[in-house]
Amino acid sequence: MTIRFLSWEVGVVLAGLCFGGCATAKPFDYTNFRAHQPRSILVLPPVNQSTDIRGTYGYLSTVTEPLAEMGYYVFPVAIVDQFLKDNGLPGPGEMQQAPLQKFAEIFGADSVLYLTLLEYGTQYHVLNSAATAHAKARLVDTKTGLVLWEGETRAQQVSGGGGGGLVGALVQAAVSQAVNSTADAAHLISADANTMLFTGISLSAYDAHSTGTGGPALLYGPYHPADQTSH
Amino acid sequence: MKTLAIALSFSFFLIGCTPRQTLYSWGHYEEVVYSSYSAPGKFPPERQIETLEQDYQKARSHQKSMPPGWHAHLGYLYYQTGKLDQAKQEFETEKATFPEATVFMDRLLARLPKS
Repeated sequence: MTIRFLSWEVGVVLAGLCFGGCATAKPFDYTNFRAHQPRSILVLPPVNQSTDIRGTYGYLSTVTEPLAEMGYYVFPVAIVDQFLKDNGLPGPGEMQQAPLQKFAEIFGADSVLYLTLLEYGTQYHVLNSAATAHAKARLVDTKTGLVLWEGETRAQQVSGGGGGGLVGALVQAAVSQAVNSTADAAHLISADANTMLFTGISLSAYDAHSTGTGGPALLYGPYHPADQTSH
Repeated sequence: MKTLAIALSFSFFLIGCTPRQTLYSWGHYEEVVYSSYSAPGKFPPERQIETLEQDYQKARSHQKSMPPGWHAHLGYLYYQTGKLDQAKQEFETEKATFPEATVFMDRLLARLPKS
């Protein structure tokens, strides 16, 4: 009986998610985007406003997959980072202030993705820990300097604290703390944050303890079968 | 295990909304990039190359393409380990697969020391 009740409940939650996640979209003006649709995107290392120094690269290394799966050519992030460092730009702040035309000239990039990490890291409480990745993004056309798209995303996963009474919760918190401190849980949740950022789909119950919002969605690029521009 | 569970439930969620098939075979590409920053000493370029080459064999057996930047990244690892011919080959492959990479790959190719 208990099992039947639970699966019914889960079904309703999932159905609600599909309606909520797929059907609604915030209005966003794609005029500039459609007029200058990029084929390629150069992702610069994020400026990190969080207190966790692992943020920049913990986040940067989760951007490529969801972005390329939207149909864009994404420049190899680690080589771009190294190349810019070798050419006198030591960090994300300097890189993001470099003249836009340089990115067209040196890399042949149609657009540049500027990322800022507003929150990144894991906060430990007595009974649980919360890993958060929160970023905003701006896609800029290298030829005109026009902002083609802007988005923001925040994903959070709370570990421990679920069931098992007080002692169980304490043990869980200790375990997830130990796991998280070596694995950087915020890095793992960053992948979800980026999927939400580019697809615009908000997640809240694929894991009972994870929540997140994202969007507006980026339009599909030339390598995606659903892309509607002629090429 | 937990990551796997999350990934699985996430993919079920996506399947529920829109059928999703990935365009590319990702293997360990992003993990390799991450580890080169988070634990540079523990995962030397040689091991990264090995991991990526194994992913490549798997992708070929499933007739999947490698993602944008993948061949360029592998080429860069070959460059770091002094294998310049392989580096050149990977940069050329990146360019042939994705013409968007041409300007950058030509720049890297021009900087390769002559072997």
